[in-house]
Amino acid sequence: MSQSTHHGDPDALIGPGHTMATLTDKISGIVLTQKHPLQWFAITGIAAIFASLLGLTVLNLFFTGIGVWGPNNPVGWGFDIINFVWWIGIGHAGTLISAILLLLKQEWRTSINRSAEAMTVFAVMCAGMYPLLHTGRPWLAYWLLPIPNTMGMWPQFRSPLIWDVFAVSTYATVSMLFWYVGLIPDFAVLRDKATKKVQKVVYGMLALGWRNAARHWDRYETAYLLLAGMSTPLVLSVHTVVSFDFAAGIIPGWHTTVFPPYFVAGAIFAGFAMVLTLSIPLRIWYGVDDLITDKHLDNMAKVLLATGWIVTYGYAVEAFMCFYSGSTYEEFMLLNRLKGPYWFQYWSLLLTNCLLPQIMWIPKLRRNIWALYFVAMSVNIGMWLERYIIIVVSLHRDFLPSSWGMYAGSRWDWAMFLGTLGFFTTAFMLFVRFLPMISIAEMKALVPHKPGLTTGGRGAAAHH
Amino acid sequence: MAQVFPKSSNTLSKASIVVAGLVVAALGLATININRTTYVNTQSMPIDQVVQFTHTHHVGSLGIDCRFCHFSVEESSFAGIPPSKTCMGCHSVVWKDAPILEPVRESYRNDTSVEWTRVHDLPEFVYFNHSIHVNKGVGCESCHGRVDKMPLMMRENSLNMEWCLACHRAPEKFLRPKDKVFTMGWDPVKELGVSQEELGLKLKEENHVQSRTNCATCHR
Ligand code: HEC
Ligand code: HEC
Ligand code: HEC
Ligand code: HEC
Ligand code: HEC
Repeated sequence: MSQSTHHGDPDALIGPGHTMATLTDKISGIVLTQKHPLQWFAITGIAAIFASLLGLTVLNLFFTGIGVWGPNNPVGWGFDIINFVWWIGIGHAGTLISAILLLLKQEWRTSINRSAEAMTVFAVMCAGMYPLLHTGRPWLAYWLLPIPNTMGMWPQFRSPLIWDVFAVSTYATVSMLFWYVGLIPDFAVLRDKATKKVQKVVYGMLALGWRNAARHWDRYETAYLLLAGMSTPLVLSVHTVVSFDFAAGIIPGWHTTVFPPYFVAGAIFAGFAMVLTLSIPLRIWYGVDDLITDKHLDNMAKVLLATGWIVTYGYAVEAFMCFYSGSTYEEFMLLNRLKGPYWFQYWSLLLTNCLLPQIMWIPKLRRNIWALYFVAMSVNIGMWLERYIIIVVSLHRDFLPSSWGMYAGSRWDWAMFLGTLGFFTTAFMLFVRFLPMISIAEMKALVPHKPGLTTGGRGAAAHH
Repeated sequence: MAQVFPKSSNTLSKASIVVAGLVVAALGLATININRTTYVNTQSMPIDQVVQFTHTHHVGSLGIDCRFCHFSVEESSFAGIPPSKTCMGCHSVVWKDAPILEPVRESYRNDTSVEWTRVHDLPEFVYFNHSIHVNKGVGCESCHGRVDKMPLMMRENSLNMEWCLACHRAPEKFLRPKDKVFTMGWDPVKELGVSQEELGLKLKEENHVQSRTNCATCHR
């Protein structure tokens, strides 16, 4: 049903026959009028059950303490940090698509940016949950901020963990703003097309009085570009800082300079895998394969391939340095990865992150949704395993054999991980239900221009 | 369907930006300051006891030395709370049948302790030691206030960490000669004609007083 192009040009970014009006109707119709496919109800229902599981695990954590999780001595970091890094990494694709690709004028970002930004926002929420809950007393989390508290002391500014607080909170704020600012013209469309009073009021409030005036568009474009400019460094900085959490430590396997670049590449790698994971089913269920076209899938697959190689290069340099450094501990760490108790996870990581994505070299498979879905899932798993390996293998056997130990996620660790997956999916499904999952305003710019319409205006003159 | 919002809602929403800013600022200030209020740290609130013992009377009027009752304040981390025997030394003579003193007499007869409610109680994760403070010349008054003017014992200071640190960062602001540690209402300008600053720096030097702000000083 998918890859065989039902329209002429295989590289088109928008199906044929679309005009400004059909676009508006199609995208806003999903929210306002269309009945939702059965799959929507099924997935949202299941996801909501898992989201409730998250609530349960968090309650249990509050009443019992973080001992319900797996971390122990010597493995003081476990699922909490693994999942934190995994989720925060996923968010990066959204920012890359919305900011960097916008500045680079990559038009193919247009139909996937909205959902990728939503994904970013929800992924950052899931990520942020972990360190906050790991404090054990999240109601005291404001201690992390440099405010004059009753302890008469500031946070430790020399610690990467405090840089993390700033990096992630800036990231969350900017992503949310970016998403919202982009949505404003679309809220106005929804407000104007809405037939129910509730919809009119809610979308009307969110639209902030948008009237499609030329002045509005002018300011909108400036704000949007400014935000894009602000988010661009964030794509690099956030995961760099996250990698410092490790690289600034002296544990074998952590203390390396290759961490920042390969963490950033890994984040984009993981993020694009998640964008594919989400957009392929949407394409099928909502029949928007004329908006998220094969060309989009093809481009995303290429990004996946490229960042996958950077990550693979990172693994290779890591392994090389272990021997080249001449440090016994580093060398042991590598051997311990290869044939220690967690060998299975390490080899699975190489398989899922490095080997399997190579099928994307074949152009046909880049447009085959089954192949793409397979690779996306493989990378989702692989990137999770990567963080597992980095954290658990390095910590469980460090310098002193007398203090070696083993780690396994507890029942509650797994429950919470499934819970965040459920929360993420629920949030995303609600987004699909209540917000335009493709930017109406921006898509209009892709419609072939009729003579008489000037270029550039994002459909300013269109509609009403 | 017609638009539901009239044009005037634009003004309203612009105003709401200002209001939102104020609300955020207020919340921030509240978060910072709520832990400093007496409501949270129960500072300056008299605490009800089984026997309404007053320091005003025993210290202020009778002039009994702190160490007569808080016997271990110079040698130990714990200042010491007097046993009923200490009270009965006088109260088997004065006020010997007063109903207010019945719990003291009863505990004396049964060889039990009077159940005082603690007024100062640091969390378990904080290590505090009276003897070092007393022996380096920090007066009871610097931490406990004018005890001789307290009809019922109350906490003069918050005992927040910032309070401990304010002194540990600059102990010279509080140091006094060692023989004045137990005196209430002592004032260097009146008694010696020197400013606290001058005296403090001198005493700091003489008694080798250190500024201790390492976390492990108090969290061991
Ligand atoms: C006659 C005995 C006596 C003398 C003298 C005395 N106290 Fe007390 N003090 C007590 C008793 C009994 C209590 C417990 C009852 C209470 O808290 O009011 C107490 C409580 C206290 C407390 C509060 C302890 C807590 O629960 O946290 C402080 C502080 C204190 N005294 C300081 C002093 C100082 C300073 C002096 C000297 C200036 C002094 N006391 C002299 C008997 C005495
Ligand atoms: C040095 C003697 C002495 C000691 C020791 C002493 N008291 Fe007193 N106490 C007095 C005197 C004197 C009065 C006041 C009598 C008066 O005002 O007529 C008094 C009064 C009291 C009163 C009456 C309330 C008031 O007006 O102050 C209480 C209660 C009391 N003491 C409790 C205690 C307790 C409890 C202890 C033991 C921690 C204690 N005293 C130790 C001498 C002493
Ligand atoms: C540096 C400040 C400081 C000084 C000086 C000081 N105290 Fe304390 N005092 C405290 C603190 C803090 C506590 C609470 C200790 C705890 O909860 O462990 C306390 C508690 C007490 C108690 C309750 C029993 C105990 O030890 O927990 C008594 C009684 C007391 N002080 C008496 C005195 C007397 C008498 C002096 C003067 C000789 C004195 N203190 C000097 C800070 C001080
Ligand atoms: C008014 C001044 C003052 C206040 C308030 C004060 N301290 Fe101190 N503290 C000192 C001085 C002076 C020393 C002696 C430092 C030295 O020379 O070693 C000291 C020493 C100590 C020591 C012993 C250090 C060691 O290495 O043995 C501890 C523990 C301590 N303070 C705990 C506290 C705690 C806890 C608080 C708050 C509840 C507190 N102090 C409040 C002045 C103060
Ligand atoms: C002079 C003594 C002192 C020193 C030095 C000190 N603290 Fe404290 N700290 C305290 C006291 C007293 C409290 C309890 C305050 C309260 O209950 O509000 C406290 C509370 C805390 C708390 C709050 C714990 C909780 O669960 O409420 C933290 C966190 C803390 N300290 C960290 C530190 C760190 C980090 C350092 C070193 C930079 C440090 N402290 C140095 C005295 C000290």
